[in-house]
Parts: sequence; C-alpha cells; structure tokens
Amino acid sequence: MYDTIIIGAGMSGLAAGIRLAHFDQRVCILERHSTIGGLNSFYRLGGRNYDVGLHAVTNYAPKGTRRGPLARLLRQLRLKWDEFGLAPQVGSAIVFPGVRLNFTNDIERFTSEVNRSFPRQKDNFQRLLAEVIDYDQLGTGRSSLSARKIVAQIIDDPLLVEMIFCPVSYYGGAREHDMDFGQFSILFRSIFVEGLARPLDGIRLILKKLVRKFKSLGGELRLKTGVDRIAVSGSAAEKVVLEDGAELVARRVLSSAGWRETMRLCGNVDGRNRSPESSLSFVEAISVLDREPRLLGYDRTIVFFNDSEKFRYKNPVGLIDLESGVICSPNNFVYNEPLAEGMMRITALANYDRWAALDGDAYRLAKLGWYDRMIASAVRFVPDFRSAVIATDMFTPTTIHRFTGHERGAIYGAPEKRLDGRTHLDNLFICGTDQGLVGIIGAIISGITIANRHLLRV
Amino acid sequence: MTGADIREAIVDILSDIAPDEDLGDLKPDIAFRDQLDLDSMDFLDIVMELRKRYRIQIPEEDYPRLASMDSTVQYLEPLMKEIQKA
Repeated sequence: MYDTIIIGAGMSGLAAGIRLAHFDQRVCILERHSTIGGLNSFYRLGGRNYDVGLHAVTNYAPKGTRRGPLARLLRQLRLKWDEFGLAPQVGSAIVFPGVRLNFTNDIERFTSEVNRSFPRQKDNFQRLLAEVIDYDQLGTGRSSLSARKIVAQIIDDPLLVEMIFCPVSYYGGAREHDMDFGQFSILFRSIFVEGLARPLDGIRLILKKLVRKFKSLGGELRLKTGVDRIAVSGSAAEKVVLEDGAELVARRVLSSAGWRETMRLCGNVDGRNRSPESSLSFVEAISVLDREPRLLGYDRTIVFFNDSEKFRYKNPVGLIDLESGVICSPNNFVYNEPLAEGMMRITALANYDRWAALDGDAYRLAKLGWYDRMIASAVRFVPDFRSAVIATDMFTPTTIHRFTGHERGAIYGAPEKRLDGRTHLDNLFICGTDQGLVGIIGAIISGITIANRHLLRV
Repeated sequence: MTGADIREAIVDILSDIAPDEDLGDLKPDIAFRDQLDLDSMDFLDIVMELRKRYRIQIPEEDYPRLASMDSTVQYLEPLMKEIQKA
C-alpha cells in the first residue's frame, strides 16, 4: 500500500513526489510514456537531443535571490540554485509592424523601450507594472477579471496592449484572446519582471535532478506504466488499475494527467463533460544549423512576432496561423560554453482537429509543406538561416497529444483552472496545467502546492 | 531534550529549509518572520520537519506558537522532554 500514487512524471508530478518522499511517504509515480517530463520532456533523433516545449525557463532569478517562485521551489525541493544550471537570456524582442520592443531580464530595459516607442504611455506603464507586481496570488478581487479589459483601462494605446499580450499569451494563455488578470500578472512577472533562462543541456538537466532527488528519497518511478482506470468505492479512490491489469492501492491519488482525463479514469463522465476542452494548440518547427545563429547575424534569444497591429490569439481556421509566432534560439543564452550546434525553433498556433484529421501520408506531407511556410514566415523577422540548416524536426498538436496524453494537444491546460486541486473524490487530487500554474516553474509550484495543501497534512 | 537541544534542533531545521539565511545572528525573542525571509510554505515545513525528525504532531491551531525561537522552545519543551537527542 502506498501513501500516495502520482499519475504522470512531468514537472508537477515529480515535484509533488519529491515533497512527499522527503517527508517519508511511500510514493509511486506512474508514467505511461517511456520517459519522464510530459509537456516538458526531451527526445533523441538522429543522434541529437531535442527539448520538447522548452524555449526558456521563466521566473529567472539570480543566485542568492530569496523571494519569488524560483527561490521558493528550490527551498521547497531542497535543491541548490546551481543544480538547475540556469543561464540567463541574452535579450529578446516583441516585433510588430513598425515597432520593436526589446527586453532583457532587467525590467528597466523593457520600461525604457516602452517609453521610447510609446512616450505617452510612460505613466500608464508604471501603473500597470505596479498593479502586476503587487498582485497577490492569494488575494481575490481583480484576479478573475478580464486581463484585456483591465490592461486596456490602464494602457490607452491599443498597439502597446496588443504587443504586451503577445508574449504573455504565447507563454501561458490557455484561452483564446484573453485571460484572468491574475494569470496575466503571474505570467507578466515571470517573463518581464523576473526573466528567461535556460540550462546549457536543456530540460534534461532539470528533469535529471528532479528524478535523482525523488529516487534518492526512496520514491518509486514506473515508466511505460499507463493507468487504465481509478477504481472508486463510495466517495474515495480505492485502487489504481494499470493497463497491464495490475492493481495498486494507495491512501491518496494525485493526478497530473489533466482534469478531463482524470475524470475519464475514474469513470466520472459528467465531471468530464461539464468541463470545457482546451481549444488552443501549437506546432513547432525545429531547425538544426551548421553554425551559431549569431554568425548569421541573429543574436536574440526569443522574438515574439505579429504581422499586423492586432494580435489574434485564437485557434486558427487552417492548419497553422502564420500571422504571429515565437522564434527561439537556444544558443542565445549566456552560457559558459557554446552549444554543440546552432538551433532555431519556430512556434505557431495550430488547429488540433485539422491535424488530427490527416492520415499517415497526408500528415507527413503537411508537416513538410508547413515547415517551409513557417520558416518563410519567420525570416520576415530574423535573418534568413535556411542555407545553414542541416537537420529538421517538427511537432504538431497530435504529437503533443500522443506523447503526453493531454487532450487536443493542450500545453497550457484547461481554460478554467481547478485552483484547489480537489475532485469529487475525497482522496483524489489534481495538479499541473489544469490546476493553476503553467510552464516549467508553474508546474513545479503546482505540484508542490497541492502536495503541501492536501497530501502532507495528516 | 533540553531547551538548548531544542534550540539546536530548530536551527538545524531552519538551515535545511532556508540554507541561504545567516542563522548565526538569530535573535531568540524576535519573530522568525521579521528576521528571515520565510514564507508560509517555509513555516509549514518547520512543522513538518519536526514531525519527520521527532515524530511530534503539532495541531494547526498551535502554529502561531512557533513565532520566535523563544516561543517555539517554550512550546516544544513539554512535548520533547522524553525525546532523545538525535
């Protein structure tokens, strides 16, 4: 009998596992895939390591910082800052027609860029910063109000509003067009006030540290172990039945598989159907280059682009939306040594249903054609790197679904979050993107928070 | 465990929870909150480390008693009297 069974060895599941194992619980993490990481995993192809999902870790804070989400999670997991090997970004930009706002991990830089391009918004931007910085996650009031509405009340230049929403949406927006002001504040802080960073070895480093820690505390991890269902008795989860028929018993179950999937696992059809599905997903075109992007004249870490004045963050009508996107070069962080190869990653909004409707050959052809179009779209905003490309890979919404099990290729979870992590069962809880926070740091904090709140108190 | 032992045990726990803090200068009669950069999650960890290391249960309504080193030691002394120092 386990104290807690955790479904999913992604960031939130691993973090929760560490907390529980540290306080002497018998914990088992079940992962259906052959490797850990979930939405922030890694894979090997053609002799190269690729990160899934990771452009950058947000919420960067330099070593020695005591406050903020990164410091908090390091303390909670009893990890040292050095263990994540975070190298800060070189510098990024938001690029719309006619306006470019550069930003770094120093909020002053972004502020002066905003002041330069939008001088009339100087005081307004200060007010927005104050609101966002003061926002307390635990507070009520403005948290569930429309971010679009509130920001538009403070910033009266619509173009600046659109430009701000571009990175914030791409790095955490689960809903079309808008989000809660609470979410907005958390995401804005994580990108602009705190900042972006990346370990030299990518997400593997962070995952390896988490798994190592978990196992060293006596935690059990089972890969290639899918859950078939959660057997319910009365108002409690009684057993976890695996795909191979084996039955595991635990006092409590924590699922990071997503709300709808978790409801499906315990046969709660109502609970599943009443919860709206996510409607947003993405594609990513990855290009390996024979040299550092810097040598091609590209030294930005991330470029968020939009080719018109209005930023439309919604499910595209076609397979992919080329109007906006995110261009990331993993090379352009302040590492102690360069990466082995150059790399450019282009992300764009994609329609899950359309991709899912393509059969084998049509799917492969579509990937080839759209890879070309995505790169052509990106080189409107960055130097043309196409002649330096030596290898490519591409993932689509169906790839995301296939490897993570998350419905419709959602990477930021359901539009409505379950902040308390509770379900209809007394001893079943959820964590991860459907619970509250998203991204690497967000998911880790989610796992920690739910473990603390529900699984560690006797 | 004596009062001094308990004091040492608390410092040990604090150094595990907040390794970046300078505990050498810790004032016993001033709230931890006012001297160290601890948040509510860290405070909960003090309680949980006490349970993990010494098997003592502290009810939630007693958490405010752990405000400072002096008040913590005072609260824990009767609970930890019989416990052997690790």
